[in-house]
Amino acid sequence: MRKVYLLFLIVLIAAFSATNSYSQCKGFAKKICKLELMPYIHDGAYHAAILTEGEEAELYKTFYSGQDYRIAICGTDALPDIEFQVVDAYKNVLYDNTKNDMSRIWDFQLDASQNLKIAIKVPVSSEQTEYPASGCVAIMFGFKEE
Amino acid sequence: MLQNNTISSISKLFVAFLLVFSISSCQSGQKKTDKDISIDDFLTEDVIFDDIDKAKKIFYSLPSPLETALIMKSAGAKYDQEILNSIDNVQNYTTNRSMALNLGIYTTDLSFASLFEQTQASIDYMGAARAMAEGLDITDAINRDTMEKLEANLNNRDVVMDIISETFLNSSSYLKENERQDVAAIVLVGGWIEGLYLAAELTEGQPVKNNKLVDRILEQKLSLNIVHRLLEDNKTKNSGEVNDDIIELIAELQDLKSAFDKVNVETTQPSVEGENAEGVANIRSRTTVSVEQEDFVALQASIVKLRTSFVQ
Repeated sequence: MRKVYLLFLIVLIAAFSATNSYSQCKGFAKKICKLELMPYIHDGAYHAAILTEGEEAELYKTFYSGQDYRIAICGTDALPDIEFQVVDAYKNVLYDNTKNDMSRIWDFQLDASQNLKIAIKVPVSSEQTEYPASGCVAIMFGFKEE
Repeated sequence: MLQNNTISSISKLFVAFLLVFSISSCQSGQKKTDKDISIDDFLTEDVIFDDIDKAKKIFYSLPSPLETALIMKSAGAKYDQEILNSIDNVQNYTTNRSMALNLGIYTTDLSFASLFEQTQASIDYMGAARAMAEGLDITDAINRDTMEKLEANLNNRDVVMDIISETFLNSSSYLKENERQDVAAIVLVGGWIEGLYLAAELTEGQPVKNNKLVDRILEQKLSLNIVHRLLEDNKTKNSGEVNDDIIELIAELQDLKSAFDKVNVETTQPSVEGENAEGVANIRSRTTVSVEQEDFVALQASIVKLRTSFVQ
């Protein structure tokens, strides 16, 4: 019977750790990354995921003319600085944070409404580790009222 | 013997559980392959979607209710309480689908009322959104503290907007973290359609030329592509079961898509101009939106029909 209890315990721990990762991701987005948006107003949308070194993600969004936007891309401390690019429909790179001191934010406005892609990469750390690091990456948008 | 069998069964269950859990825990963003993403029927400017060449996490972001309301206000929309979804309808929504759609709808109405500093309406619509969130078992997204904080800060619009933003973040993060991305998608679509509806009602009988609010409606053709991808991503539940609510929603959006097909949206190649004194870069380009008057009227009718079906 002890083995049965042990197995149940392992299952519970596994369930808890996965759920806890999610909660940490939500908490990270709300309590850490959202601060990067100030003084912009967060739009309320939630985009966050657990990513591992070397992994990439993309986000597609329509941005509207006449609005001031701030993009904030943040990763938890376990991860190296997150790389990101803003790419237009013609595949031009409009912004690349690797050329801007790995900034976590970019402020911009648009003359014309359009869809843009935010391409994100968790670079592989130069430090030698047994396992690649994983952590939460959040993508948040803020705007200003005219 | 019985105990050994029990242990063996539990071991199998354990392995299966871990497998399911490890797969599901990767779903915060949807993993897609090149084949899934190739989109032939998208607009010219949406070649942006074409170059996904390996498995990545993909997010599709629709304008949030707060952003929708702000975009409309900046385009010259005026407040009209009569066109918002009545809070008396709250009791009519008993299915997951109707509660999810109307959580989005009421949150857009709440954002709209707050931007126009309609204090009583803001309280009422926060209450309606709370009822929908509770119906969907979204715990603590909007609770008594939220209501009290809202009431205490009704004269401080920045705080009110922050409260709305936070409640929406709480709802969407709760749904996504509990493997209910499909419900989160329906909430977003509800909110987006409400924004379109309010704008359509406010532009009824108006000419399409030189009309900022009309242009805002027409520009939503860009977001329609994202709506389409978002729903396609959620057609199947994590259990592998077909998601009937999403399938139904995709079918219902077909008329709207056909109406938007008559709208022409063209954007010139953008370039980035240096940052201004406040450190804000300017993406320079020009978008031309055009539609015939009768096609715009048909688009308005399609929006009204869809939204009417959502709030019934």
